[in-house]
Amino acid sequence: MKKHPNPARTAWLIAAGLVSIMLLLAGCGSSSSNSTSGEELQKVGKGEGALSLISWAGYVEEPWTKPFEEKTGCKVSDKVAGTSDEMVTLMRSGQYDGVSASGNATARLVDAGNVDPVNVNLVPNYKTIFSDLKSQPYNTFDGVHYGIPHGRGANLLMWNSEDVKPAPTSWNVMFDPKVAAKYKGKISAYDDPIYIADAAVYLKAHQPELGIENPYELNEEQFEAAVNLLKEQRANVGEYWSDAAKQISAFAGGDDALGTTWQYQYFALKGEGHPVAASPASQGFLPSEGATGWSDTWMISSEAKHPNCMYMWMNWIVSPKVNAEVAEFFGEAPAQTLACEHTENKNFCNEYHAENPGFWKRVYYWETPLSECGNGSSDCKNYNDWVQAWTSIKG
Amino acid sequence: MATEAVVERRSAGHRLAGFFHGRRRLQISGLLAGPLGWLVVGYLGSLAVLLIAAFWTVDPLSGEVIRGLSFENFETLFNEPVYREIVWRTVRIAALVTVTDAILAFPIAFYMAKVASRRGKAILIVAVLLPLWSSYLVKVYAWRTMLSAGGVINWALAPFGLEGPGFGGTAVWLVMSYLWLPYMILPIYAGLERIPNSLISASEDLGASPFTTFRRVILPLSFPAVVAGSIFTFALTLGDYITPRLVSNDQFIGNVIFNNISNNLPLASALALVPIVVMIAYLMVARKLGAFEHI
Amino acid sequence: MRLSRRSTVLLRLAIAVGLAFIYIPLIVIGIYAFNASNVLEWPPPGLTLSWFPKAFESPSVHEALLTSVKAGLAATTIAIVLGTLASLAVARYRFFGRETISFLVILPIALPGIVTGVAISNTFTQVLGVNLGLLTVIVGHATFCIVVVYNNVVARLRRVSTSFEEASADLGAHTWQTFRFVTLPSLQTALVAGGLLAFALSFDEIIVTTFTIGAGEETLPIWIFSRLFRPNELPIVNAVAVIVVLISIIPVYLAHRLTREEGGPVAARGGQIEGGGVETEATAMP
Repeated sequence: MKKHPNPARTAWLIAAGLVSIMLLLAGCGSSSSNSTSGEELQKVGKGEGALSLISWAGYVEEPWTKPFEEKTGCKVSDKVAGTSDEMVTLMRSGQYDGVSASGNATARLVDAGNVDPVNVNLVPNYKTIFSDLKSQPYNTFDGVHYGIPHGRGANLLMWNSEDVKPAPTSWNVMFDPKVAAKYKGKISAYDDPIYIADAAVYLKAHQPELGIENPYELNEEQFEAAVNLLKEQRANVGEYWSDAAKQISAFAGGDDALGTTWQYQYFALKGEGHPVAASPASQGFLPSEGATGWSDTWMISSEAKHPNCMYMWMNWIVSPKVNAEVAEFFGEAPAQTLACEHTENKNFCNEYHAENPGFWKRVYYWETPLSECGNGSSDCKNYNDWVQAWTSIKG
Repeated sequence: MATEAVVERRSAGHRLAGFFHGRRRLQISGLLAGPLGWLVVGYLGSLAVLLIAAFWTVDPLSGEVIRGLSFENFETLFNEPVYREIVWRTVRIAALVTVTDAILAFPIAFYMAKVASRRGKAILIVAVLLPLWSSYLVKVYAWRTMLSAGGVINWALAPFGLEGPGFGGTAVWLVMSYLWLPYMILPIYAGLERIPNSLISASEDLGASPFTTFRRVILPLSFPAVVAGSIFTFALTLGDYITPRLVSNDQFIGNVIFNNISNNLPLASALALVPIVVMIAYLMVARKLGAFEHI
Repeated sequence: MRLSRRSTVLLRLAIAVGLAFIYIPLIVIGIYAFNASNVLEWPPPGLTLSWFPKAFESPSVHEALLTSVKAGLAATTIAIVLGTLASLAVARYRFFGRETISFLVILPIALPGIVTGVAISNTFTQVLGVNLGLLTVIVGHATFCIVVVYNNVVARLRRVSTSFEEASADLGAHTWQTFRFVTLPSLQTALVAGGLLAFALSFDEIIVTTFTIGAGEETLPIWIFSRLFRPNELPIVNAVAVIVVLISIIPVYLAHRLTREEGGPVAARGGQIEGGGVETEATAMP
């Protein structure tokens, strides 16, 4: 066979040339993730027949999606995410209609143009939402509403009542190295940079000289203290969890005996008969220092293919009966005032402090850390710093 | 009659074949257009577009990529010790898994190729290939339950007063060795099959003990196949992030890339360059050792 | 090969340990498929058959299975076409950059899945503006499946003597006829072996798929991944896994039988036959 280098060489050169063009386009083009429409819907039309949601575990369940599908014809498909980071990544793909976003996702989504403002006039049930959930910094930006509140809750301290004695009343059982060492290898911590705020909440109470006010606005010194606390905690952590089922099986299997969790896991384990306990209602479900928590908002994607269905969903999920069902299933405070009349447990709203704004002062809703501290200075650590710090905490 | 065949109209395919006939350059171009288009323009192009982001930075709030040349990401990766630890950990486990699988796979492959009866060979081939069809995720989750505090391993070791490794680096090594074992067995088996039995007989006739035959004939001849298998075990371990997440708290390269994709794509791209460079180097060495004939 | 008794015993022991290592976790999966409780503990509190009917009837399982099969078949077909084209070029011609092709072909499977997945998905959504869906999944799978077909076919082409193709041409066959009646039959078993392995790779792939799949669709691994996070449905996942493994005995065994009986004059003349899962009529080189 004779050697004829030319045709193949040409083929390679053409291929290389095309690649270079691609690179050039990528380098000079503008980001196409921003959608052109930043406008809210003016009128809710007919349902498009389908709805694609991203949600926390336990937020989109059959008992209320089935009647919704029957009523509106919008077939619901739901992707469960374990962290706000996952939710942001998924939303940025533009493939979903809506998301139940916590405060450490909302600002990022709004800033990147991944979500559109919500026309609250098109959501009749919005009128009777608790007033301390409306127009909050995590769901309203520059006076524009970006979502419909879903419900709120605090992160729980949960423990295996047979292995952990006496019943803890403070987060020191997870953060104080001397106390935590008793449960070395059995502690379960949340696998997300936002968990740094939990350390900050602890330090706020136990090292007041640091001057921490808002656990999401930390200057260099405060941030370092929190990071060091978590690095010390790592030695005792059995598992960092980001999906609920993983934590449930860890507690059920005896791998973990103590940790931070959501009500979803707590009730699931209790339902299976496992000996778990959590900070009781008498303490407001909170250890002595308070806790981080969340106030979730349903947001609509700027690239939503089924906006009408999304608006119908947002109205549905905060309708009195459904919001009551939702809140009781998960174990969080409902967003809808009228839901309190529909809960099975007539004392539900009281236990969960749904109507008690003062209670929520001890719960620090997830927020997006920004460089701007509340007090005028802008040397606070931003989310990028938190993410990188979290990588070095986990090691 | 022969002349009638020539007068017949030729089919479209025949005419097309005639067009290509003799035109070597056209033949080569025709054959290469599809694969090159797909792999170079499509795949390498996509990689290039992704990796160029390693030289960009990101706006911390919106995650919007700022397309200005910057080496910030590389500085971060070099200066923060945690990234070096993570890379070293990943490479170390990949190497361990490779060695483990080579040791586990060789006897099985050898038995299949040289010792087993026809029927035994058939059974073994099916037995080795079958696990490839069971879901990776289900296997990892099964290991997770086996390794858990109340799982099979602890339950089986308890009567001896021993405890299983639990979750962690050992678990990752165990599970990965388990997952990629078939990928190591197959090339070694094929490689051993290719060694003519006559060579082995000749070695025995010359008076070598089975061990010497193994060491001086079989092992060198099958080494390229082992390297071929090692490409898979090493590469698959290097890039995995699901197994480390499910059976340990350890961060592997893949985990850090995954965690940074939405917030900081430039940093993720910069980190992605590490396994890419490592694998390209590995592949070049493997090719030199003749492994590419054995994949 | 003659082995001492001791070596044979040791070898058999090594095999037993190896096979036990391979199959114990699969047996555990099998046991959990009958687990009466939702939460995975050991030993399982009770046994039940109820998960299997649930798995059989579940519509999401059917959809996911169908999607996986569709993606697998399409990706395998593309991989076979591209792999054969590339291997024909490499084995039958010499040209600039020939050695690079085998390097290029293995890259998609050697580089981390997350890199391949993000790169492909990035190109589709940002550069081409195409929505993610079954098509993008197929593209991703085909890319890393090319290598398994390519390697099998190249190895076979190298062993098969070109004299048959030349004889065919001498007898008056044009290019396609030669390919169809002489070359292709000799490649048959290599294609089957490569195709089967490619299908298996595509069927079980999760990482690249995660990044290239659209919102509303699920392949079987994606379905499994999403159910791993829902404790109520975990046992169904185990049941599905068991069913898939049992069903796959059929194609694996069939492929083995098919390739084992391959002994046609063309291939045998060329020397040993090889490829994944193939028995060899090991003969000395003629």
